[in-house]
Amino acid sequence: MITVENVTRRSFLQGAFSAGALVLCATKSPFLTKAAASGTITNVSPGMMMGSVPTIDATTFHPGVFLGIQPDGTVLIVAHRTEMGNGVRTSLPRIIADELDADWSRVKVIQGDGDERYGSQDTDGSHSVREFFDTLREAGATARLMLIRAAAQQWGVPEAQCVADPPHVVSHKPTNRTIGYGELAAMAAKQPVPKKEDVKLKQPSEWRYIGKPAPGYDVTDVCAGKSLYGMDVRLDGMLYAAIAHPPVLGGKVKSVDDSSALQVKGVKKTIPIDPFTPPHQFQPLGGVAVIADNTWSAFKGRDKLKIDWDNGGNASYTSADYKKELQETARQPGKAVHTNGDPDAEFAKGGKIIEAEYYAPHLAHASMEPPVATADVQADKVTVWSPTQNPVGVKEEIAKALGMKKEQVTCHVTFLGGGFGRKSKPDYAVEAAVLSKKTGKPVKVVWSREEDIKFDYFHSVAAMYIKAAVDENGMPKAWLQRSVFPPISSTFDKDAVYGSDGEMSLGWNVIPFDVPNFRSENGKAQYHVRIGWLRSVANIYHAFAVQTFANELAYAAGRDPYDYLLALIGPGKTIEADQPKEVNGKYPYDTVRLRRVAEMAADKAGWGKKKPGNGWGMGIAVHRSFLTYVASVVEVEVDGGGTVRIPRVTTVLDAGIVVNPDMVRNQFQGAAVFGTSLTRTGEITATKGVIDQSNFHDYQVARMNDAPVHVDVHIVESTAPPAGVGEPGVPPMAPAICNAIYAATGKRVRELPLTRNGFA
Amino acid sequence: MVHLKINGSAQTFDGDPDMPLLWYLRDILGLTGTKYGCGMALCGSCTVLENGKAIRSCTKPMSALEGHEITTIEGISTHGPHTVQKAWAEANVPQCGYCQPGQIMQTVSLLSSKPHPSDQDIDDEMAGNICRCGTYQRIRAAIHAAAKETA
Repeated sequence: MITVENVTRRSFLQGAFSAGALVLCATKSPFLTKAAASGTITNVSPGMMMGSVPTIDATTFHPGVFLGIQPDGTVLIVAHRTEMGNGVRTSLPRIIADELDADWSRVKVIQGDGDERYGSQDTDGSHSVREFFDTLREAGATARLMLIRAAAQQWGVPEAQCVADPPHVVSHKPTNRTIGYGELAAMAAKQPVPKKEDVKLKQPSEWRYIGKPAPGYDVTDVCAGKSLYGMDVRLDGMLYAAIAHPPVLGGKVKSVDDSSALQVKGVKKTIPIDPFTPPHQFQPLGGVAVIADNTWSAFKGRDKLKIDWDNGGNASYTSADYKKELQETARQPGKAVHTNGDPDAEFAKGGKIIEAEYYAPHLAHASMEPPVATADVQADKVTVWSPTQNPVGVKEEIAKALGMKKEQVTCHVTFLGGGFGRKSKPDYAVEAAVLSKKTGKPVKVVWSREEDIKFDYFHSVAAMYIKAAVDENGMPKAWLQRSVFPPISSTFDKDAVYGSDGEMSLGWNVIPFDVPNFRSENGKAQYHVRIGWLRSVANIYHAFAVQTFANELAYAAGRDPYDYLLALIGPGKTIEADQPKEVNGKYPYDTVRLRRVAEMAADKAGWGKKKPGNGWGMGIAVHRSFLTYVASVVEVEVDGGGTVRIPRVTTVLDAGIVVNPDMVRNQFQGAAVFGTSLTRTGEITATKGVIDQSNFHDYQVARMNDAPVHVDVHIVESTAPPAGVGEPGVPPMAPAICNAIYAATGKRVRELPLTRNGFA
Repeated sequence: MVHLKINGSAQTFDGDPDMPLLWYLRDILGLTGTKYGCGMALCGSCTVLENGKAIRSCTKPMSALEGHEITTIEGISTHGPHTVQKAWAEANVPQCGYCQPGQIMQTVSLLSSKPHPSDQDIDDEMAGNICRCGTYQRIRAAIHAAAKETA
């Protein structure tokens, strides 16, 4: 249930709002209680208004959304989600502004600090818009009605005769009078919050901003280099730290010789950081920090440390051997995750069996801004500036590491130079806090690119096996699929060896095909490096296997892969998906929508108009993730040397209601590039526990000259509730590219990346 | 002692001559628009202009800059947004935006030598600038738009 409350008189956001402002908050929590607070807004950067959103003394208060109208008419909206290229600082405020009938040019966005009373601030899982859409609309509509009522009262006219048109003013058409929102704010603030039944949300046809393209709220500052990223935080008296982390996960310092490091100009001292106690979770990895008066000196000093390491048990990890283990496990029966019908009985009948094995390696996030954080630890409080997808996690982990209460930790959220899931894990912010405590000064920890690549929370490596029994038309009667990967839960539980329900729900427990007898399975895998979530997570390898296998079945049946894919999906229906009940109710898994995006993508891409072969081909893949249906058709040209060029990607998505179509297009264009990177060159390997890659020369990502030249993104018009858009563009890319390569060359890619298959 | 000009103003530097320009700009002058991405001239996030031409500031030691003029992202928009910045905003290029100052500086350099670059020229010039968010298509469009505007 969404509740909107007038908090004007409760001194919320003091310092942010002038006297006479109307301030509302809206929440989904049913436990609203009184709230009182004070706080100040500090403007630490010209580019980004950093909010010191106040400490709130009522513990059960969960203000999901803050909205205020200043006497000068400025609308202030607190963004409590992280901006990392996902566009939330634009899309979320525009939802409020729409229902408020605000003039967008008069909306100001304040970045909220980490505060558990917002509820989860984890900006991952592509859920910012879908989770807050209803709440934001209701907050905006409530404020609009309060302004209308204030105007009606002032004029002594019936409320029904007053409208918020044009935006930002209330008009009384019969007498041709208007009054601005700013002038009304103080009076509106005295209004009781309207009853729910009185608050009318707009019809979609009345939307002013929702569904209309808009440039990013911060675009001008970003292009001027003025936006404050974590890397850009500077405090008076701040020290800089670079850390030599243990080369192998769980390694410890045996001895350190820091004499050369200390001779580097600018280096002040070295400080050991304790190793973690397993499970590693979000704890620092340990190692030795070099403290200096600038980043360069800290880096240089770090490189001059001579450390003898005790590498520990994970020094046995060599990914080439591990790959064989995973593949062997995938050939053996595993734990059943989901079963329909009786696949074993069907397989026992014999007939034509088709089977294949797939493999996808570890990946690193490699966001352009490596992990970085600045902390100022004082006797009774900690202030930290962090590019983080998880500011509450930053507070909790720092409090734990320093033996303080999380209420004593303030986390300011900066812009993120990319996140992709890496910056949900606050280990680097904890390092900054630990070092600030030890030095008594503010400390900025800067990870080098090498540290970033070598000590990531890696996307897991996976081996998959799929087998189908097909009928005389080549359609599957039974389907068995098994995936094996070290699970993300191993980061939190050192004994975890099976995929979590969450991971299995990412494209594995069910498939969107009409197969009467089906079982998905999962096999055990022991972790040896930190495993974490990366943009679209397990969908990457699961979609690769399932969508490639579907393509293989098509060729085995002697059919066009697109026609065959439609036949596999069938006419479409609601399928039973292992997703939470409340999700199922609002977002049923509807393969009619999946079929539609496939049909549209084939149509827009001109599927079937040109005969594949001789180094040219198209590939198609479909996948639903984060509740969004996506189909991508990839066109490839492969030259005699195996170089793959991608002239065009055509992506069609059905994400329900879309708030900012231009930003959504940008997300899917970017996802096509991200997917190309991981398909073509994405591979992290390890030798004796040490990661082999270190920078962009050996962990290559797509550049302008090898990325898809054109990515055409088409958005299905829909009135369904909003779904995710940040991640769902990624999973179809690997299978669509590999299917296209098969069409072009006849060479089947069952193992990523392409560079392992003679392609480049 | 190194004497150089940063965005038109004279500066002197007497620190470690090996210090790359990037860290001088960021940590000493506080010009944080120029970003660190790789430290090996592999990603282009740190791109600035040296005497009008794009260079990677992360590998350019201060000792090599005596008498040189450096222009950073902060230096191209002292009188309002540069044509390239305007084109970027118009095309709504950025996602996270971290690499974009480098992309913009590389573009300024490109357009100064090739006012009307072809797609191939653009690909060749920009291949050293990584955008992990994948905004390449918009960057290409924005470069063409800026070229048209400059004409």
